[in-house]
Amino acid sequence: MSVTTRRTRFAVAALAAVTAIGGLAACGKDDDAKESGGKPSKLVVDTFGEFGYDEIIKQYEKDTGIKVELRKTAQLNEYRPKVVRALATGKGAADVTALEEGILNEFKTNPANWADLAPLVADHSKEYLPWKWELGKAADGRLIGLPTDVGSLGVCYRKDLFAAAGLPTERDQVAALWPDWNAFIETGKKYRQATNKGLIDSATTAASAVMVQQGGDLFYDKEDNVIADKSAAVKTAWDTAVAMSDAKISAKSATWSPEWSAGFKQGTFAATFCPSWMLGIVADNSGPENKGKWDLAPVPGGAGNWGGSWLAVPAQSKFPKEAAKLAEYLTNAKSQVEAFKLKGPLPTNLEALKNPDFTGYTNEYFSGAPTGKIFGESVEKIQPLHLGPKHQAIKENAFEPALRSYENGQSPKDKAWEQFLKDAKTQGAF
Amino acid sequence: MSLSATTAPPSPSAPPPTPPRRRSRAITLNRLDLKLSPYLYIAPFFVIFGIFGFYPMLRTAWMSLHDWNLIGDHSFIGFDNYTRLFGDEYFWNATINTFGIFILSTIPQLLLALFLATMLNRTFLRARTLFRMAIFMPNVVSVAAVAIVFGMLFQRDFGLINWVLSLVGIDAVDWDAQKWSSWTAIASMVNWRWTGYNTLILLAGMQAIPKDLYEAAAIDGANQWKQFWRITLPMLTPTFVFVVTLSTIGGLQLFTEPLVFGNGNIIGGDQREFQTLAMYMYELGIENLSTAGYGAAVAWAMFVMIALVSLVNFLLVRRSVK
Repeated sequence: MSVTTRRTRFAVAALAAVTAIGGLAACGKDDDAKESGGKPSKLVVDTFGEFGYDEIIKQYEKDTGIKVELRKTAQLNEYRPKVVRALATGKGAADVTALEEGILNEFKTNPANWADLAPLVADHSKEYLPWKWELGKAADGRLIGLPTDVGSLGVCYRKDLFAAAGLPTERDQVAALWPDWNAFIETGKKYRQATNKGLIDSATTAASAVMVQQGGDLFYDKEDNVIADKSAAVKTAWDTAVAMSDAKISAKSATWSPEWSAGFKQGTFAATFCPSWMLGIVADNSGPENKGKWDLAPVPGGAGNWGGSWLAVPAQSKFPKEAAKLAEYLTNAKSQVEAFKLKGPLPTNLEALKNPDFTGYTNEYFSGAPTGKIFGESVEKIQPLHLGPKHQAIKENAFEPALRSYENGQSPKDKAWEQFLKDAKTQGAF
Repeated sequence: MSLSATTAPPSPSAPPPTPPRRRSRAITLNRLDLKLSPYLYIAPFFVIFGIFGFYPMLRTAWMSLHDWNLIGDHSFIGFDNYTRLFGDEYFWNATINTFGIFILSTIPQLLLALFLATMLNRTFLRARTLFRMAIFMPNVVSVAAVAIVFGMLFQRDFGLINWVLSLVGIDAVDWDAQKWSSWTAIASMVNWRWTGYNTLILLAGMQAIPKDLYEAAAIDGANQWKQFWRITLPMLTPTFVFVVTLSTIGGLQLFTEPLVFGNGNIIGGDQREFQTLAMYMYELGIENLSTAGYGAAVAWAMFVMIALVSLVNFLLVRRSVK
């Protein structure tokens, strides 16, 4: 089912975006009655996926008397074209717009589209994970986004498949299997010997995990020049993934492909790398019949962050001040814990991270794993990253395809690396 | 016109009574009606085409002359985007992919459609209407649904096609990893969807051929095969030109099938094995915010290609059938 919906969504997103080109040119004037100054009667919030704001917003409406319209878009792929269209035409953006890490970095290159939040809200810079707070700023110093959640990292693994391969199944013992990536690869080899199957879904997911663990500059340097050929983090990620591919520890199922989605049920692989937002996807793909078979262990090689979002106020908003207040409210410690309890986005607010409601949380689908504790502990150890404007495009359209063509035997190692460097240059231009 | 007629000063010498004036106005209106009405009747199409078809085309042309950021600034750069196209490896790769899939889909599709139309045109066939309806069904199904189902059939690990191949001892094919295999998979989606449509159009063309031609030929001793070559095909030329042109336009704009086949990744395969021109245009023009101008240039290059190929098709089909 999720295979279908996901692919349908891609298609729908694509079609919607194509119509958007037509719409781009044909958009007319449809201004609401301007209520310049004074209190707005309504604010609009745009989110994708699940931010868990439903209850919090009701409270906000009660406290302030301002009506809030929450517009949810299921998938980021559908969401991005909508935001782009609103920015390109100067119309239709929500007053508070959620931006995922990939698109935030891209939108930061044109900071004039966004209101500077610094003068509009109190100084919260000390209340959040410092690196997360810094990423919300554009190059011109303007504060574009207030931090919502982080992705963090863990390893999701199937206990039944581990047992069948003669591996331990308890969380702590599994964690002891892989103190580092070499040990992880050795475990993968054992699994291959016992079952003749891949331990993980693909080398590319492992590469993503390794890359974010390194911290610092990834595809770009601090001045936002593409440094794909010189970046130590990228090289480490590449080499680790290549070693995994050579050791044949992966099922070669590209993330989001039908092989991948079906693989969760079919058990073509026994582990995958899980930022916290991935837990829901793993549960969906595996179905209720596999409840209690999955568990969560720490990732080898230390903490890292993968994904996460910010709330921003578009410059076109008619009520930037009130919108900024709403964004501030939605990202405060209390709201972050409530959102986590409702839908699971990991807090970035330091106070929220210490909240017992958060640290004591266990996930039933994942055999009652203390996800709050596991993710919470790793969150504080996360290395600050510099992603750069087109990080997502380089990763998805240059790095991963090249890695996959090596893993699938389409091109030798050197050629795949060259292909990556070449594509990184064009994909990284902005 | 009507204005000048009504305000024309009446000559003082012979004061005209009112009826003639009224009559002259009626005549003017009548003439206007005759001259203008046809244009008014067809106006809605042209107005809508102007807004949603022609204006975007002009704007795309304008954009293609700029270094254009979709959500930022733009600056005029003349024809630089077009000269850049000539040296762009991925543009030519997309062109080859598009034409490869186009040939793999259009030719078998038209041959099959011709065959099916001939069969459906036979008088001895029972339940003809049922068959004619049934053959059109695939075209009603949404393209995304078709692409999703075919994507599952062509899956590497659990796909039906690989399972069938394994029964006859052929190893599983990684359909999206090579050009030939991905093109075949995508072409099969297109063929499935459009063969029935083309069959019906060809069938309509066949039924418009006068029966007495066949009767005369039969009396002269021409067999079915000869009748087909000497009567059906030549008489079908105009229909064929229409069908070929439509297939060309559709085939060269192929977008959804390869996109969904590649799990929504706009680069179409790890080494761009099946990225079509429309996908490349989308990658540059929409996904990649900073190259919207270059994407617009790809769009115009596509337009020119489609126009050229349609023209060549038109000339070829005309000639070969005559």
